[in-house]
Amino acid sequence: MKALRNYLDKIKPNFEEGGKLHWLYSTYDAFETFLFVPNTTSKRGVHIHDARDSKRTMIIVIVALIPALLVGMYNVGLQHYMAIGQEVSLLNKFLFGLIAMLPLIVVSYVVGLGIEFAMAQVKKEEVAEGFLVSGMLIPMIVPIDTPLWMVAVATAFSVIFAKEVFGGTGYNIFNVALIVRAFLFFSYPSKMSGDQVWVRTADTFGMGKGSVIDGYSGATPLGQIATTEAGSFSEFTFHGITGDPLSISDMFFGFIPGSVGEVSTFAILLGALILIATGVGSWKTMLSVFVGGAVGVLLVNTFAQNAIMEMPLYYHFLLGGFAFGAVFMATDPVTSARTERGKWIYGFLIGLMAITIRVFNPGYPEGMMLAILLMNAFAPLIDFYVIDANIRRRLKRAAAVSQQA
Amino acid sequence: MGLSTKTKAALLGPLNKNNPVIVQVLGICSALAVTSKLEPSLVMAVAVTLVLAAANVIISLLRKTIPNRIRIIVQLVVVATLVTIVSEVLKAFAYDVNKQLSVFVGLIVTNCILMGRLEAFALGNGPWPSFLDGIGNGLGYGWILVAVGFFRELLGSGELLGYKVIPQFMYDAGYQNNGLMMLAPMALILVAVIIWVHRSRNKELQEETN
Repeated sequence: MKALRNYLDKIKPNFEEGGKLHWLYSTYDAFETFLFVPNTTSKRGVHIHDARDSKRTMIIVIVALIPALLVGMYNVGLQHYMAIGQEVSLLNKFLFGLIAMLPLIVVSYVVGLGIEFAMAQVKKEEVAEGFLVSGMLIPMIVPIDTPLWMVAVATAFSVIFAKEVFGGTGYNIFNVALIVRAFLFFSYPSKMSGDQVWVRTADTFGMGKGSVIDGYSGATPLGQIATTEAGSFSEFTFHGITGDPLSISDMFFGFIPGSVGEVSTFAILLGALILIATGVGSWKTMLSVFVGGAVGVLLVNTFAQNAIMEMPLYYHFLLGGFAFGAVFMATDPVTSARTERGKWIYGFLIGLMAITIRVFNPGYPEGMMLAILLMNAFAPLIDFYVIDANIRRRLKRAAAVSQQA
Repeated sequence: MGLSTKTKAALLGPLNKNNPVIVQVLGICSALAVTSKLEPSLVMAVAVTLVLAAANVIISLLRKTIPNRIRIIVQLVVVATLVTIVSEVLKAFAYDVNKQLSVFVGLIVTNCILMGRLEAFALGNGPWPSFLDGIGNGLGYGWILVAVGFFRELLGSGELLGYKVIPQFMYDAGYQNNGLMMLAPMALILVAVIIWVHRSRNKELQEETN
């Protein structure tokens, strides 16, 4: 620790005004404040400090993501070894998932943080910590087989056009990680949907070599029901990649094909508990997304015409990115509604839209991404009218009081 | 032939500091709609330049005789006539491109740039400056279209004017064409990028930040 501090102090003059590396000051500053709590204090006026500064908030979200990440990694290995029909230990499955996942995480962070650092340098500002969470979310919401260069291009696009042009961390209208996914989805649809991308069937750095078993099918449960020919839900069964039917517990604990982050509803709920307990994520948003989804499902169930319209509520919540989106994406404090009443409306409409897109548009088996992005655009409008209604109500009350007096 | 400062400004201004698309933000609709390939972008650019130059000259010649109250109708009639001629020529000699451009040839009539130039310039200037203004604005509109069309076709289909330019080994190595480039939102983003570069090079065009 001491040696590190001494080293930082020693190289500091190079980065200050007049030093030969002054143009890299933002980078230096970022690393210094990352390693040590800054000891500068404000000199004038009253400042209230909250322990929840943005660095800490980001760290808590990362911690909340860890259960979903670990289960997702294990599931990558599990699905892989099921696909090639080999029995290996639990640790091996996890290791396979880890080394399959690591390149995605590294690419996402290197590209995103690289752009953030460069932008901060150009604008001579401090490096904001907003990308810490986005960088972790990105690899968790794309298929495991997404080519790395695509992730790099999409991350660069998203950080520049969804975030930096709006003014950087805290000013973006749309969720940065979801823009990455949307960019990939519309740019390279063959790598982002279908039944070839959700399970890694090839080996990873030589690990897990083998050939795919007969009868393998890599479609996600939502993909299966979106393309099914079964006339009603009772004739339809979800099946895993080996063709065996999937149980509810498989879906709950996350042993189904899908993106790394979203498969395990159980791990996501753990994350939700962490977010709610620490006050980082809004329980109102999360709850209202589920309420909106429930209303949507009950409506389509009533007027059901085909298998996906008949699909019961709990499947909708367990499958696809619904829970992940509700807990980690919809609650993004920057892009969600900020008024408390607004959060209810915002979340409710996300849930409703997600179900609508899922059920009525077979081109998009998963509606969560588009639903959240759409409501991101409407969040400021919702806030505006919530505040406006509040002002009117209070004016009315004030008028009534003054009339009495 | 030496041009006076004023005629020079009429001809060259729209190419840069007074560009109809990236400074005045006019004519965006067709810039989004026809630029998914380079060829229709080029044809559209030429068509608009010709129609605009001719309409400017005609309106400029008529400007003393057009009653003020019906000037918009007269302008529309002139533009519609010219657009119909262009449309027929395209149908006769470049049928495929005409099909790609679909309604957007006809919609040149409603292109904001045309009405804008007729109102703002041709009604108050002689035929020769009006002609130069028409050519200038048409080219100013055109080069944006061509630039956007170039990048959309290159990145979206890996071709330019229909010829493969991205070599096969790139595809073999895992490269894929970007499907988003073929959708209209990407045209908007490319226009925005051009505006971004243009504004950062021309400080006087930047709006004041508060």
